[in-house]
Amino acid sequence: MQTFLIRRFLLIVPTLLGATLLVFLIMRIVPGDIAYLLVQGGGEGKVDPAALANMRHELGIDRPVAVQYLAWVGNILKGDLGNSMRTGHPIMEEITRRLPLTAQIALMSVFFGFIGGLPLGIISALKQNSGADYISRLLSIFFLAFPSFWLGLIVLLVGMKFFDWSPPLGYNVLWEKPVTNLQQLIFPSAIIGSHLMAIVARMTRSSMLEVLREDYVRTARAKGLAEATVITRHAMRNAMIPVITIVSLQVGGLMGGAVVMETVFSVPGIGAYLIEAIQFRDYTVTQALVLLFALIFIAIDLLVDVSYGWFDPRISHV
Amino acid sequence: MAQPQAVSTLAPRYRGLRRLGLGTLRFAKKQPLGAAGLAMVLVVAVAAVFAPLLGTGDPNLDDFTARLQPPSGAHWFGTDNFGRDLWTRILFGARISLEVGFLSVFTGSLLGLVIGVATGFVGGFVDTVTVRIVEMTLAIPALLLALALMATLGAGVDKVIIAIAITYLPRTVRVMRGTVLSVKENVYVEAARAIGASTPRIVFRHILPNVAAPYLIVASSLLGGAILTEATLSFLGLGIPPPHPSWGRMLAGNVSSYAVTAPWLVVFPGLAISWIVLGFNLFGDALRDIWDPRLRGR
Repeated sequence: MQTFLIRRFLLIVPTLLGATLLVFLIMRIVPGDIAYLLVQGGGEGKVDPAALANMRHELGIDRPVAVQYLAWVGNILKGDLGNSMRTGHPIMEEITRRLPLTAQIALMSVFFGFIGGLPLGIISALKQNSGADYISRLLSIFFLAFPSFWLGLIVLLVGMKFFDWSPPLGYNVLWEKPVTNLQQLIFPSAIIGSHLMAIVARMTRSSMLEVLREDYVRTARAKGLAEATVITRHAMRNAMIPVITIVSLQVGGLMGGAVVMETVFSVPGIGAYLIEAIQFRDYTVTQALVLLFALIFIAIDLLVDVSYGWFDPRISHV
Repeated sequence: MAQPQAVSTLAPRYRGLRRLGLGTLRFAKKQPLGAAGLAMVLVVAVAAVFAPLLGTGDPNLDDFTARLQPPSGAHWFGTDNFGRDLWTRILFGARISLEVGFLSVFTGSLLGLVIGVATGFVGGFVDTVTVRIVEMTLAIPALLLALALMATLGAGVDKVIIAIAITYLPRTVRVMRGTVLSVKENVYVEAARAIGASTPRIVFRHILPNVAAPYLIVASSLLGGAILTEATLSFLGLGIPPPHPSWGRMLAGNVSSYAVTAPWLVVFPGLAISWIVLGFNLFGDALRDIWDPRLRGR
């Protein structure tokens, strides 16, 4: 187990370096010159060459690309993500302020996804080809096709039209204003969760169907265990592994969902920050945030890999 | 003398049509949901092709005397804040959705097929490097990668296609490489090599035909996602620029401020996106079931 953990940790180093390199390169394929755009300020006409050179120096893009990259990575290792090109504020500060909101949305979505998806999937599997099974499968198919931002708009629309309600705006963290915070975040999380629910239900159903045919389930039933015990202790625990895998593959989708939902519901989280940065062509922020999302993604992937051992002791990673 | 000649030229064509018809029937019987999905996609395709005939003409025609009108006989889906006919805009939007969906998946997955087959076949150092690069790319969530690309490329139909294609490239490379690795081990490849077949011959005559089916399945399963990604990018204001009638774009900006008085502006474009994505998903799932019956019902 220990050697597995160590090897797994070492393996993420090249992936991390690669991700920084990739993000850095994407931000450098800009057609035209960032400094030029900034000095020009979107207007027409000639640009003062001195101002241009000045701006290039200020942004540090007058240095060779390799030097720029190394300086950037070096600063990240020191915990410094640089300053916003637009406001000049340190990006790290803004991230720590906004991260709780986004993290809460992500956690609540996963919670909703499992709370809704597991029962649906289990009922589907236990009563295969029944009415309940068809309804649950149909729900999954539909919730996978609805665009999340559209569901968000519909929630806003119904809230305003029929209940004269709209979600609270502004920065509300859970430990300061718990009620406002939940009012603000419950719908974005539920919508992202509905997508996750569909995936969890589908996977749980097929995984349970397979497990229920296993010998150990028949043995458990034969020795007279209560059906509930058979399902929860013997079938479910074994059926969970593919479900966990497929949910872990959805982490990227979850982040994308958070970006979209924060925009729809005006939640000042990391996702909204990213969209804002892109709209104002704030390259330093965009670069830092895409990297941040990649880091979280890689970290969760690692956690999932390690968690398999807990669900199935046979996977002991020797 | 004319009779047999007519039969000989017509018969194969007729037989082909008949086979296609029977094939479709069999598909519909075995995979009713998949057939429904295909039908849903075909409806959108018809809407896209005949948009100028089915609608009221120009999708970008402003009419300030007819702003925010509810659905009626003259305007089936109502009008927007510029007085543009929403039904017509949705018809023309089908063109954008299908164009972006097909072109991005086609470019991305075809390039993925080429790279995947090449690295899987060559192996060694090239393979290791490619796998590493693919893994690094996959570390960036798909929508965020597309967003970052749009941020640097700028808005535009062609840019959206490029961004989505790049996002799907590593995913196809991974699947195709895996498929080639298993196909390569087959005895018939070894046999071909033993009788002295050249590498291009082995790749084109033995490997490619055997990875064609999985390739088509991967590509078809990406279509729904590609269309959803375009809609999302456009909704965020980073995809198709106005005044193009993109379904995602129609839901962007100040639509929510009109939503209470004109809910049709929110309802119809969203339904259109859900419709086409649902169609492609159902069809893709059915194809996958046929290819790999073990996955049936998943």
